[in-house]
Amino acid sequence: MRTGPLLVGRHFVGVPAAAALLVIVAVLSLRYGALDIDTATVWNALWDYDRGDHAQIVVRELRLHRTIVGVIAGASFAVAGALTQGVTRNPLGAPGILGTNAGAAFAVVTAIYIAGIATPTGYVWFAFAGALGATVLVYAIASAGAGGASPVKLALAGAVVSALLGSWTAGLLLLDVATLDQARFWLAGSISGRGTAEAILLLPIVGAAMIAALVLGRHVNALSLGAEVAAGLGQRTNAVRAAAGLAVVALAGSAVALAGPVAFVGLAVPHIVRSLVGPDYRWIVLYSMFVGPSLLLGADVIGRRVVAPQELQVGIVSAALGAPFLIYLVRRSRLAEL
Amino acid sequence: MSPPPLPVGQPARTRGRTVAGGGSAHRTAILCIAAAGVALVLAAVGVSVGDFPVPVRSAVATAIWDRGNEYDFVINSLRLPRVTVALLAGACLALSGALFQSLIDNPLVSPDIIGIDTGAAAAAVTILAVGLDSRLLPVAAFAGAVGAAALIFTLTWRRGTSGGRLVLVGIGVSALLSALITYMLVRFPIERVSAAARWQAGTLSGSSWDDARTLAAGLAVLGPAAFMLVRRLRVMQLGDDAAAAMGVALERSRMTIVATGCGLAAVVVAVVGPLGFVALLVPHVARAMAGVLTVRVLLLTALLGSVMLLSADLIAQRLFAPTVLPAGVVTAAMGGPYLLFVLRKFNRGS
Repeated sequence: MRTGPLLVGRHFVGVPAAAALLVIVAVLSLRYGALDIDTATVWNALWDYDRGDHAQIVVRELRLHRTIVGVIAGASFAVAGALTQGVTRNPLGAPGILGTNAGAAFAVVTAIYIAGIATPTGYVWFAFAGALGATVLVYAIASAGAGGASPVKLALAGAVVSALLGSWTAGLLLLDVATLDQARFWLAGSISGRGTAEAILLLPIVGAAMIAALVLGRHVNALSLGAEVAAGLGQRTNAVRAAAGLAVVALAGSAVALAGPVAFVGLAVPHIVRSLVGPDYRWIVLYSMFVGPSLLLGADVIGRRVVAPQELQVGIVSAALGAPFLIYLVRRSRLAEL
Repeated sequence: MSPPPLPVGQPARTRGRTVAGGGSAHRTAILCIAAAGVALVLAAVGVSVGDFPVPVRSAVATAIWDRGNEYDFVINSLRLPRVTVALLAGACLALSGALFQSLIDNPLVSPDIIGIDTGAAAAAVTILAVGLDSRLLPVAAFAGAVGAAALIFTLTWRRGTSGGRLVLVGIGVSALLSALITYMLVRFPIERVSAAARWQAGTLSGSSWDDARTLAAGLAVLGPAAFMLVRRLRVMQLGDDAAAAMGVALERSRMTIVATGCGLAAVVVAVVGPLGFVALLVPHVARAMAGVLTVRVLLLTALLGSVMLLSADLIAQRLFAPTVLPAGVVTAAMGGPYLLFVLRKFNRGS
């Protein structure tokens, strides 16, 4: 492990910097869009709300919701991705690999097809339930038999369940053009038009899972050296895997429910963070909480600008931004070695 | 669960996990013959069933020697090309997956995951969504697949290519191209978008003899190359240092293996669209049945690929007849039973 005790101080200094980055991006998210608003008006909208001011209404009623949803979803995606990569010891590890995105997409498409639900807020609980169901199924399949839910079995089970659900989703979408027309916008991943009410209902779940993730960091460090090493250090590996799995389900499920299947944040952010702070999961989890929402919100702000007055979905922009950066990091460092 | 104790003195016949023990190779040969038999039976069933059923015996006769009867058009112009395409495409995909999985020690690696299929899909979806001439599709899809592969390889290159870096760069490129696809799907009118969605599901219906010829040409060139690479792959699996010490030119070998694997996947995606899962799963199944990669195991992998795609096509044609499902939907849905089989072997192994 490259992080000796001496490095701890340096990483700690970085935390306020990461937090500051998030605050700056959040302010940008409140300021820019179809209508650009100056920082003073944003400040007033937050602390001294004047219902008569059109700009303040935009900030308070639209962009504040969107920003809150973006922060929660971005942090959840990133931390879920970090835990998944640590537990499965797989650089491709991301909540999507464990079936969350496919499960949520399947549930939402089914809800549109059967029940004709047509608003993003209506999708939230279907998406959450779908993500939850798919991930539990993946864990159940992977834990069957001797050896418990080993990384290889988890990854395989996740890939298969995702493909299975994906094929049913594709089947439904091909069967009915109206469903495809509805679902394609949700499937692109977006944080616009989401209500804060759902975010607040999901917040206790997300908060508990975040605390669990921070506590688990030390155990995931041991686990990321291999199950045998972890067991040799006296760890109950199956208990740690189960706890991490629970946290991943809660985080990824909430994030997908809020923002749709944004695949890239959960995959890229842990890699980006790891290249900054090294392989210690205590730091990776903490930094992911700030870098994840910064990437998601930053992508959302850019998505509002590039094709104005239309908007690009955050799922599209975050991949278009994050992918070249990930490739750059892969080329520059020995990123692939977890 | 531990295997039952073997009698002393018997050659190690540990469920095909020996490297090249006599018993294991013999067993693999039998498995190959069995898989070929299953493929032939499936092909025979494939030409005989349909909206216009033809008795199996007449169907096979028409396909092979008796051209002059009333079934000729249905069999030789509609069904036989489709069955041939399924046979060849399945083999190509399985070989491609086996090359990638042996080169990069990661169970999730397959050409569709590291971005080859995404490259083809990005090109094809762009053509369909923008509304260009759909005759350009196969060429564009092939160009997209090869372009994505070249891009991935170029971006991975930095004093050589490591397997882990290749995978991550592949995922990055794949994510970028997926974003382009999503953009196309959101941006353009629903009629064209639904055509693009249909192409993305991968389908074998409407396959022609031209398609079969394209696949056969690809397999004739790249198939033998894949088999010739087996020995080098085996040495490389011992680790880079050991392989270099044994005289393997690492970078050239990697490039050859990746190029062969990409080529096989690109031909398939150009002809039938992205058929997920065959390349990912079949090598796992072959390994679980017959052990580590040998020439015979690779042959078994190719045959099992044909079996999987032939049966997927049959299901796609008949399950909701007369509605025909895209074969790609079925190959993915067939994952469940395969998964249980593969995981059972894993459980036994670990």
